[in-house]
Amino acid sequence: MNHNLPVLVLAFPLLAAFAVNLLGKISKKHVAPWTLASLILSAGTSLWVLKDVLQNGKFSYTVGGWMAPYGIELVLDPLSALMLVMVSWVALIATFSALPSIKKEMPGREHLFFSLYLILICGMMGLVITGDAFNLYVLLEITSITTYGLIAMGKGRAPLSSFNYIIMGTIGACFYLLGVGYLYLLTGTLNMADIASRLPALYESPTVATAFCFLIVGVWIKMAFFPLHGWLPNAYTYAPKGASVLVAPLMTKVSVFLMIRIMFSIYSPEYDFLMHLGIKNLVVWAATIAIVGASLIALTQKDFLKMLSYIVVAEVGYMVGGVWLANQEGLTGAIFHILNDSLMTLCFFLVASAIAYRTGSSRIADFRGLFQKMPLTMLALSVGALSVVGVPPTCGFFSKWYLLLGGVEAGQWEFVAALIFSSIVNAVLFYRVFEVAFSHSEEEPSLKFENSRILETSPMMIPPLVVIPVVLLVIGLSAGPLVREVIRLAVPAL
Amino acid sequence: MQYSDSLVPLIIIFMAMAGIFPIMLAGNKPSLRSKFIVGVAVLVFVTVAAQVPAIFGGQVLTCTLAKVLPGAWIKLRIDAMGLMFALVASFLWIFTSFYAIGYMGSLKEHAQTRFFVFFAIAIGAALGVAFSANLLTLYLFYEVLSLSTYPLVAHDQTEEAYAAGRKYLTYLLGSSIAFILPAIFLTYYYTGNLDFADNVRSGIFSGAVPPNVVRLIYVLCLFGFAKSAIMPLHRWLPAAMVAPTPVSALLHAVAVVKVGVFSTTRVMLYFFGVETMDSLGLGMPTAYFVSITIIVASMVALTKDNLKARLAYSTISQLSYIILGVALLTPQGISGGLIHIANHAFSKITLFFCAGAIFVASHKKNISDMNGLGRLMPFTFGAFAIASLSMIGAPPVAGFITKWYLFLGSLEAGQVGIILVLVASTMLNIGYFAPVVYRAFFASPMAGKSGEGLREAPLIMVIPLCCSAFISILIGFYPDFLMTFVKGVLG
Repeated sequence: MNHNLPVLVLAFPLLAAFAVNLLGKISKKHVAPWTLASLILSAGTSLWVLKDVLQNGKFSYTVGGWMAPYGIELVLDPLSALMLVMVSWVALIATFSALPSIKKEMPGREHLFFSLYLILICGMMGLVITGDAFNLYVLLEITSITTYGLIAMGKGRAPLSSFNYIIMGTIGACFYLLGVGYLYLLTGTLNMADIASRLPALYESPTVATAFCFLIVGVWIKMAFFPLHGWLPNAYTYAPKGASVLVAPLMTKVSVFLMIRIMFSIYSPEYDFLMHLGIKNLVVWAATIAIVGASLIALTQKDFLKMLSYIVVAEVGYMVGGVWLANQEGLTGAIFHILNDSLMTLCFFLVASAIAYRTGSSRIADFRGLFQKMPLTMLALSVGALSVVGVPPTCGFFSKWYLLLGGVEAGQWEFVAALIFSSIVNAVLFYRVFEVAFSHSEEEPSLKFENSRILETSPMMIPPLVVIPVVLLVIGLSAGPLVREVIRLAVPAL
Repeated sequence: MQYSDSLVPLIIIFMAMAGIFPIMLAGNKPSLRSKFIVGVAVLVFVTVAAQVPAIFGGQVLTCTLAKVLPGAWIKLRIDAMGLMFALVASFLWIFTSFYAIGYMGSLKEHAQTRFFVFFAIAIGAALGVAFSANLLTLYLFYEVLSLSTYPLVAHDQTEEAYAAGRKYLTYLLGSSIAFILPAIFLTYYYTGNLDFADNVRSGIFSGAVPPNVVRLIYVLCLFGFAKSAIMPLHRWLPAAMVAPTPVSALLHAVAVVKVGVFSTTRVMLYFFGVETMDSLGLGMPTAYFVSITIIVASMVALTKDNLKARLAYSTISQLSYIILGVALLTPQGISGGLIHIANHAFSKITLFFCAGAIFVASHKKNISDMNGLGRLMPFTFGAFAIASLSMIGAPPVAGFITKWYLFLGSLEAGQVGIILVLVASTMLNIGYFAPVVYRAFFASPMAGKSGEGLREAPLIMVIPLCCSAFISILIGFYPDFLMTFVKGVLG
């Protein structure tokens, strides 16, 4: 392997962030090509990295040649390489939608937006491949601070939502930092592998348990695990569409990945507290409540973006539950669902951006006649909806399948029931959207079409809307080989 | 049986679904669009029919699409049971295409392209159900059918149509997600396998699975396929009558409801198997349970004055005949049940075609307004009378064959109760069909409502309904062709 590849994946967007900011001051024409070029390069390289990791196994990279545990270590195992591919590709596809919508929403400030945007992508990529617990904190703050900025750029209630997010996000980060602090006190190291090798001797210490709780609650706040989700719906709803289309599919999913890292790379399945039946069952119950609670709240929403946000929160429950089932099937389902859910969420937010671009509204009541006006967009939404409901052969069915298998195997029937319940709720949620969109719009044109010359939406938004539904189906149809060849490798050993 | 890999099942489904593209492209040219609609239907039927010799020769054609889960693939197969259903559905699609072109054209309906596009997808999905090799694949096409028929049910886009559509999806999607999905999942968890067995005896549940789990899965399957309209999950069907009549005719007499009973019987025969059903004591309770539907739906039908509503309740009643026959678990009973899939299809589609023709010609929906219409529309009401006889089960029309085998099957099973149900149901059938025919031909038109200028609906509608009535008689005289399929199923 060319040993610098993993760093290159990060370097492209980071360098482009500066370029976009500086050149964007001169002319806004520079923003789009630099952003896209860097993300295309990054996405291409990430595939290369994944292929290499799958062929040659785990690989660690020492930044600047400083050896671990003193230097910064990047760890590329099948799981982090998979996440890297997911982040870079979702970011690339989201950008096709973000560019036109930001150009429309905040003309003249695109360069500012996209420099933060690229740093955020870089931060998320760093999060998934870092092998150092403290670096993880730094990267967590980088992603959070850029996200605060991106959300606050929105109109209306966006700054307030961003402020809420800052409070909650900071608390989460503090919890995480405290946890890392405890671990450093105990082990004298910050490198994850190093901590993992020293911890087993200390497992009896209550400090280890305290550290674990701080770390886990910290990432739970970051991933908006119900009832710690308060900041998420408003933040995603009022953010500029270009920001939510990137943040919504990725941020919660990356946080779930971090939870897996903490549980299985810093701690290990042998750790009694983690495997202790009482705690394990309790967290799965909490996940069950998360799924049911968020689904029920989603039912009460009248705004499409709000509804989607609560679906995202419910899906976080799927993944947390799946991981804490702590068996092979549950983890397979959770990791597969990280991938699927990020693509489904991407699909929904792409649709929401496209509709907002055309109509300027995200209220479901304003969707009248959309099947006629935006058939492609609605087709994409249909496929996404089928996937989130869990209808085969879309990918959502298969990850849910493994989650169900894991739930039954662990004897956690409440989780199984919650998954089925949430499927039905999702069916109702999207049915209501489709019923409005299917109705006539001739009699009372409630759609405020700002520009009737546009055929569907911005031409740049069209390719993702075509690609993503196809991807959802292809992943579903190739679920067998995908799970066998990739996901199973990424599942931590139990 | 010889298994051989073949792309044919995929090609057939693909042809039906890809048929939407020429129909869409010709959207603005009605005459060209009509040609495509009929062309696709004929092409699909010919391809389906071409498989008959191979299947009669004992072959089974299989086609694996994707190995999505270990032990549960997306897989198609053509066997005798699937082919019989596919043949009926694709054959009647041709008639319905002509009829629908006439009906939609005469009434100058809106959004006709959308209508025909979703119609084609629905037929493709119905064929997919017929050709599914396991429960996962069947479920997949089953859901596609539910979703693709929604725009047809809500076609009018009035409040009433939306309400009906909402009820339609709630019942069909709700029950399939709440019952079928868990059933699939439990089966997979306990057996690691979802493929239908290759004969109707053994099923796929070995002795290792706890009997009560198998019973649970069975009950989930029985109620999950709500398209079979077993009471109390039948209410979507009368509501769906708000759709244009061609939809009621093909989908709510043939494709959708038959997919329901096909799925139910498919699962009973090839998933549980006669032996498992027998040893777990599932057959007779099912038979008596659906008997309730047979009797109650017929009694409700008596009270309906709206012709389509009466036909809808008649359909609910008749669908349960099919499940009843198979639930008897005897060769004659199964024969009676399976052959009724075809018999009921031809007869009931005739009745719906007639209802539509009456509506187009006279704009009358209620039976009480149809006095004397038979003399003005002799062909339509003649066909109606023939199809009614079939529903009643009088010789020599198709329905007689069904009743014959059902009686034999109940005797074989030694169930006097079922015989009484069949007799009572026949009486009720006479009770709600005879008055329609009597009013049309013998009652004098009501004062002030002269039939001046009233004549038959356009030929493009009358010819299909005469043909399907004629075929009903033909089956009554020559049931051997259909019986060959049933023999293939029974092995």
